[in-house]
Amino acid sequence: MLIYLPIAEVAVNALLLLGLGGIVGILSGLFGVGGGFLITPLLFFIGIPPAVAVATGSNQVVASSVSGVLAHLKRKSVDIPMGLVLLAGGVAGAAPGIWAFNRLKALGQIDLVVQLSYVLFLGFIGALMAQESLRAWHRARSPNRPRAKRHQHNWVHNLPLKMKFRTSGLYISVIPPLLVGLIVGVLAAIMGVGGGFIMVPAMIYLLGMPTKVVIGTSLFQVIFVSAFTTMAHAVTNQSVDVVLAFMLIIGGVVGAQIGTRLSGRLKAEQLRILLAALVLAVAVKLALDLLLMPDELFSLERGRAA
Amino acid sequence: MIRLLLLMLLIAVPARAETVVAGLSLDEIGITTSFDGSSVLIYGAVRRDAPEPPGPPLEVIVTLEGPSGAVVVRKKNRQAGIWINTEKVGVAATPSFYAVASTGPLAQILDPGEDVRQRISVPLAVRAFSGPLEVADARPFTEALLRIRMAEGLYSLSESSVTLVEGTLFRADFQLPANLIEGDYRTRIFLLRGGIVIDAFLAALPVRKVGIERTIFVLSQQNPLAYGLLSLLIAVSAGWIASALFRLLRN
Repeated sequence: MLIYLPIAEVAVNALLLLGLGGIVGILSGLFGVGGGFLITPLLFFIGIPPAVAVATGSNQVVASSVSGVLAHLKRKSVDIPMGLVLLAGGVAGAAPGIWAFNRLKALGQIDLVVQLSYVLFLGFIGALMAQESLRAWHRARSPNRPRAKRHQHNWVHNLPLKMKFRTSGLYISVIPPLLVGLIVGVLAAIMGVGGGFIMVPAMIYLLGMPTKVVIGTSLFQVIFVSAFTTMAHAVTNQSVDVVLAFMLIIGGVVGAQIGTRLSGRLKAEQLRILLAALVLAVAVKLALDLLLMPDELFSLERGRAA
Repeated sequence: MIRLLLLMLLIAVPARAETVVAGLSLDEIGITTSFDGSSVLIYGAVRRDAPEPPGPPLEVIVTLEGPSGAVVVRKKNRQAGIWINTEKVGVAATPSFYAVASTGPLAQILDPGEDVRQRISVPLAVRAFSGPLEVADARPFTEALLRIRMAEGLYSLSESSVTLVEGTLFRADFQLPANLIEGDYRTRIFLLRGGIVIDAFLAALPVRKVGIERTIFVLSQQNPLAYGLLSLLIAVSAGWIASALFRLLRN
């Protein structure tokens, strides 16, 4: 069943869009990532123009994040004060991020920078997570070995402006979460994603938040970042395709609910291994695109009608 | 029908031996949400004031052309081990769709000089380069443009697909793809003898988004702020409804 998309000006299979939305929704509910890092390349792949794919992907991320957050709120696994602190950092980071994006676009190398940053960040984060979660998994299987200390006291705990984050069970300075939000804000603007896939590991490994709380809190923050991105694209480029977004959303919100239920059943270690494998797979795919000789060396970009 | 008759009268005025009269199976193509391509039949007849002249046989070429737009063709090269876009050529105007149908191989029925004058064959549809050329040889870039568009079904050449009955009646079928750009399409019909165009016929075929497609497109262009807020509203409410529904299902 083909459906014509008014802004993208292409016709695609409606069931394919529902399926794509569903898969990304499941991941979103499962891991607390908005899914922007997956939906955008997938939309390129099925022939949606890149500008429309980036803008519409962010709109879809809003829907799946809202759906996920509501489910997490019910399970009291959203740290709202922490989310707000991260968001404040994120908004501060988005402005320099957008400036850098426009600068790179003027130089004509934005595609390369986006692809390289995907490869570097996904590869680095994926490797880090895989290593850590595999170690945790081995520990769980051999109980006679001593467990590593969960909360280690380091320089993070000696910073001023301490605040209580009850849901996370943390009493730390607001400076590290603000910085994490800021860095994610910059990267999100350049890479055109919500930033959940950077945020989640940063919350676990840098801030020491419990995995269960991390997912809901990340989704909470991603809602606002992707809503901001959607508006920016709609106003400046008119590239949000509401029909495309709607199809993805229908699949996505259902998927997000399924994912959230699944995340309640799986063990934290298993979740982390799965997310690590997924992140690494995307990184390897993108790296191969850069390293292998493409079938078609030439590419077309439709300009504005003369 | 009246328009067609008027056209026939207008065309009949010049005292030429053979003229073409033609019509389209559609006046307009409307793109709706369920649009998945369309077929257009272009039919016509050759009108003669005198008996068919001797010599080379009569041939017909029909073209259907979409609105033109600018295209940037980029080429990847390997630098420091990775493939990145290094060279580009801007093409100022090239049709978004271009199909050629004819009664025989173009190489045999169309004089190359005449082809250049009338811009009939597919490679000649690519108009001009924009801006100063940054590459030594632009030919691979235009060839790539044609190759990619042909692979997407946007450019096509189907020789011998036009049937000419009794040297008088002809028809050409065009299949328009689902990924159409809206705008004014135009069709051209050429009558040829010995490679030279003896008469031509021109008709327009508007392609427009209609209904909800039109409303969405216009809103996104004219009131982007409202459009963006509407998209967000849909997203947020869809997320909320799904969450509420699943809660209901579980209880």
